[in-house]
Amino acid sequence: MSGTTALENPVYGLMAEFDSPQELLDAAHKTHSAGYKDIDAFSPFPVEGLADAIGFHKNAVALVVLICGIIGGLSGFLLQVYVAVITYPVNVGGRPNFSWPSFIIVTFELTILFGGISAAVGMLALNGLPMPYHPVFNVPAFSKASDNKFFLLVSSADPKFDAARTREFLKGLAPRAISEVPS
Amino acid sequence: MATQTPIPVEVPKEDQRVPVIEPGHSFATIGEKVSNIVLRRPVSLGWVFGFLVMFSGMNMLLFALGYLFMKGTGIWGITIPIGWGFAIINFVWWIGIGHAGTLISAILALLRQSWRNSINRFAEAMTLFAVACAGVFPLVHTGRPWLAYWMFPYPNSMNYWPQFRSPLIWDVFAVSTYGTISLVFWFVGLIPDLATLRDRAENPIIQKVFGLLAMGWRGSARHWHRYETAYLLLAGLATPLVLSVHTVVSFDFAVSIVPGWHTTIFPPYFVAGAIYSGFAMVVCLAIPIRAVYGMEDFITARHLENSAKVMLATGLIVGYGYFIEAFMGWYSGNTFDSFLLWNRLHGPYAPWYMSLLISNIFIPQLFWLKYFRTSTFWLWILSLVILVGMWLERFIIIVVSLHRDFLNSSWGMYYPTKWDWMTYIGTIGMFLTFMWLFVRVLPMVSIAELRTLLPEAHVHEAEEVHK
Repeated sequence: MSGTTALENPVYGLMAEFDSPQELLDAAHKTHSAGYKDIDAFSPFPVEGLADAIGFHKNAVALVVLICGIIGGLSGFLLQVYVAVITYPVNVGGRPNFSWPSFIIVTFELTILFGGISAAVGMLALNGLPMPYHPVFNVPAFSKASDNKFFLLVSSADPKFDAARTREFLKGLAPRAISEVPS
Repeated sequence: MATQTPIPVEVPKEDQRVPVIEPGHSFATIGEKVSNIVLRRPVSLGWVFGFLVMFSGMNMLLFALGYLFMKGTGIWGITIPIGWGFAIINFVWWIGIGHAGTLISAILALLRQSWRNSINRFAEAMTLFAVACAGVFPLVHTGRPWLAYWMFPYPNSMNYWPQFRSPLIWDVFAVSTYGTISLVFWFVGLIPDLATLRDRAENPIIQKVFGLLAMGWRGSARHWHRYETAYLLLAGLATPLVLSVHTVVSFDFAVSIVPGWHTTIFPPYFVAGAIYSGFAMVVCLAIPIRAVYGMEDFITARHLENSAKVMLATGLIVGYGYFIEAFMGWYSGNTFDSFLLWNRLHGPYAPWYMSLLISNIFIPQLFWLKYFRTSTFWLWILSLVILVGMWLERFIIIVVSLHRDFLNSSWGMYYPTKWDWMTYIGTIGMFLTFMWLFVRVLPMVSIAELRTLLPEAHVHEAEEVHK
């Protein structure tokens, strides 16, 4: 935690602690409206509208899943066509080699397989997880972020961030406590 | 409007029914109650004793499989004409049981049934373990399980490729996809709870293990936003998947020309039967677990009653399937189909068919009465009856159809051996061993999802939404 004096920003940000999701949501709205853009909010469960409140409206998970699902379906179908028509044709009861209706099941399964795995992996990757270290965990009270406390973080990277003024601003939101997050 | 609605929704306001979560809980008490089972509860003698019983069942499985690998499938009762026997009966039974877990976690999530939130975690675990048990059977039934990877398409020096027109290969893809997606779904649901356990653990080693598994989850609003999208999409993908798996399993039968198998009613009737037996297993497990671990606050009478209603509904669909089978036997005018019906009712396996009708169709009608839906004792007994009935159903479908088909000269009887029984009972031991361990090492109820059910979790937008 120490030894960062040489850095431009010795603190990662300021963190305010709240008791309820409603307080956090209101505070997030106010902070965002006040012009702070590099902010984040933490809650033990998903809070409706909280991502919107900190200015995060759209995520790319659905697009990742769509693309991977299409890739999965195509690769499943083309694999079967390659096997059944080109490289290993077997005459089954005189049916045509390109008997596409019998390929639908595997095509479907691979669409689901690729889409499902990409939903999980894509979500984790876009979230930057796994991440073994993150400065917010330096705040002792943050262990309650997975329990019953709600946190709002203003990053020191925000152009509007000023240690003293931002702390004053956060105080105005009536949090239970304000902590400095060491980087 | 870019707002994302979270998957669980509030309980309707004028809801007079038993709540899905008992009053008096807060965000903290939910986390405490669920995580204490993993982190604080001492290991009791009863738990160790039960574990040893289950674990010896699992070892019986390993013993039976070890002997099987030495001697080959000749130690089983399978013969011509009944080449499928216990291996496929048990495979279909276990896969069916797994279906309730995915139904609860995926389909009920899409239907926004908030009562699913307290039973989805262990129902999903049940799915995983049931699929593992199911997977054992076709694998060893091949006779050369060490060559099972030949079923997957990969370039090889034998210049060989799988036959993609075969329902058995479809099954490989359906079941392996089902197992994988169930695992992914279960793990994604676990991540926030693993973070809760990490933060609540006091033992540094346990803390590190959960920390590793939680992968640094910190509950950021951005993360939750993506998480909810991913969870919703997984539910959307798992829904057609779960309906497809037993459909594909039923194709193993329906695509053949054996009387009693070659019928279009099989896919819906198999899926309904799967959910039927799966809910029976959920109830069978939930009733003792909630009593032993004091989970009555989270797994309430409401959950049990709803499960009974699902069993009643799917049981009626299964009954309709039996009716159509019998009707088609008569209406088709086909000699072999008519004979199958006669043989079921009057042949050597008639007592089994009667037991099947009694345990799957007649006894579960008691669920029309509220008393049987709410009494934990009767609910548990009836669920066991349904589990037995659904096993008998697979026995009837496989054995009775195969033992007397087109040619009288190739008729025969099926007698399972002790190795068949040891393998079957052994998988039950393995299943219960895994469940036994699961309830003590992972949160059996989803902490994060339960919290969203509390009234204080619901927020209203006071401010204007930013553009």
